[in-house]
Amino acid sequence: MIRINCPYCGERDHSEFSYGGDATINYPSLDASEKEWTEAIFFRKNIKGFQFETWHHSNGCRMWLVVERSTVTHEIKSVKPCHPDLQKVVENNK
Amino acid sequence: MTKFNAWNVIKNGLNGQSYWTRQWRDPEPKSSYDVVIIGGGLHGLATAYYLAKNHNIKNVAVLEKGWIGGGNAGRNTTIVRSNYMMPGNHEFYEHSLKLWENLSHELNYNVMFSQRAHVSLFHSPGAKDSVSRIYNIMRLHGTDAELWDLKTLKKKIPHLNYHNSRFPILGAAVQKRAGNARHDAVAWGYARAADTLGVDILQNCEVTGFTRKNGNIESIQTSRGIIKGKKIGFAVAGNTSVLWQMAELGNLPIESHKLQAFVSEAVKPLLDQVVVYGVGGAHFYISQSDKGSMVFGGDLDWYKSYAQRGNLPMVQDVAEAAMAIFPSLGRIRLLRHWAGVMDMTMDGSFFICKTPISNLYLNAGWNYGGFKASPASGWYFADLIANESPHNYVQNHNLERFEKGINIDERGAGPDPKLHG
Repeated sequence: MIRINCPYCGERDHSEFSYGGDATINYPSLDASEKEWTEAIFFRKNIKGFQFETWHHSNGCRMWLVVERSTVTHEIKSVKPCHPDLQKVVENNK
Repeated sequence: MTKFNAWNVIKNGLNGQSYWTRQWRDPEPKSSYDVVIIGGGLHGLATAYYLAKNHNIKNVAVLEKGWIGGGNAGRNTTIVRSNYMMPGNHEFYEHSLKLWENLSHELNYNVMFSQRAHVSLFHSPGAKDSVSRIYNIMRLHGTDAELWDLKTLKKKIPHLNYHNSRFPILGAAVQKRAGNARHDAVAWGYARAADTLGVDILQNCEVTGFTRKNGNIESIQTSRGIIKGKKIGFAVAGNTSVLWQMAELGNLPIESHKLQAFVSEAVKPLLDQVVVYGVGGAHFYISQSDKGSMVFGGDLDWYKSYAQRGNLPMVQDVAEAAMAIFPSLGRIRLLRHWAGVMDMTMDGSFFICKTPISNLYLNAGWNYGGFKASPASGWYFADLIANESPHNYVQNHNLERFEKGINIDERGAGPDPKLHG
């Protein structure tokens, strides 16, 4: 079991969460070329090692999180709210 | 290499089994080859075999970082079927099934291919309609496919749970020519047959880098020295992205996920077919090995991973699915479970294609379906490497299909790799 330290709820089993995917995708502007959109939607770095990825606390607070996790050892380095403004709120409440 | 035949079995039986030769050599790497296949799994070995057999290209090396049969070749649930509907896929998998039907003779190696029928249960009228459409498409293309009503199914497999109120069994979609095979024997059979034709199988030979010259890959750095190849093929599903980035080619429409498989203790004959609890129900597939073990599996672990070990929530999930469909398994003990790393692609279909490097060819993206595909995968990958243009069946199985909008998405699940199970 992977344990994810949700900034809102505390440390929980990963079975409470749903895996989203690569958190570093930058979607291009609406008038960008088909090539850029194809890259953003279909092509991935597929990192072997630490990567930033999204998880949804679907059976908890239902917030989206950015998790830095190793895809080899499953070790987690950091967990943050997806939205930068919510990150500020979490920090102010500490 | 001693052929397996009745005469040699008798001769060795009378001589203390002393005349058998080793099944494939353990050669030192040569400095250069006409074709170097990276990855000594089923697909790499099959490719080398068909390069030598169909195209007379015999100066071939297969590089394997571990040992033959130690990767996904030994981590699957050994199911062979061809129930696909998309153009390209159904021809490809049907050809694969036909190759399976003659594989033991072809390789002079008993791969224990058993056409025991693949039975996909359906659990709602919608699921029945959906699977009927797929199986009708298969029939139109000459593949065997049929529907079993509840009466037939109860006669064939009386010990399924027919009283499941959440997912009642309404019948099954069946492919009778499908079944399973012995995974190790397939790896060893291809290795032995390829070796006999002159292919060098280099185990414990990990690729660590590439040297480029004039846009091509000139040589490969490995743990056993530098090896040159006029043409190079990747067949390393699970780790394709790692090699792809080693060759500085950027991103791929692939994510690596792990899939678990399970084996129970051996029991007396219990199940004659491959049963799938999958159409409009959970996701679970089970068969019984020749030793008597129940071999089964379910979904991916649902998060990206290169770890060849499974996580516990999925063990529970699979056990629950097993109990829902086969309550008689309740007291059976699990012997082993393990995970293999899958190339999950953005549309659930594979790649056999050219790459931006003109002497590099790609075989990747097998999702859940690599085992059954291995003979045809080797066949068409060898064809691509030898003829430098893809066969009609695999002409759209390339990296450009996403930009062109001709995704080959059997499930219609969209660009989320984990959903293409």
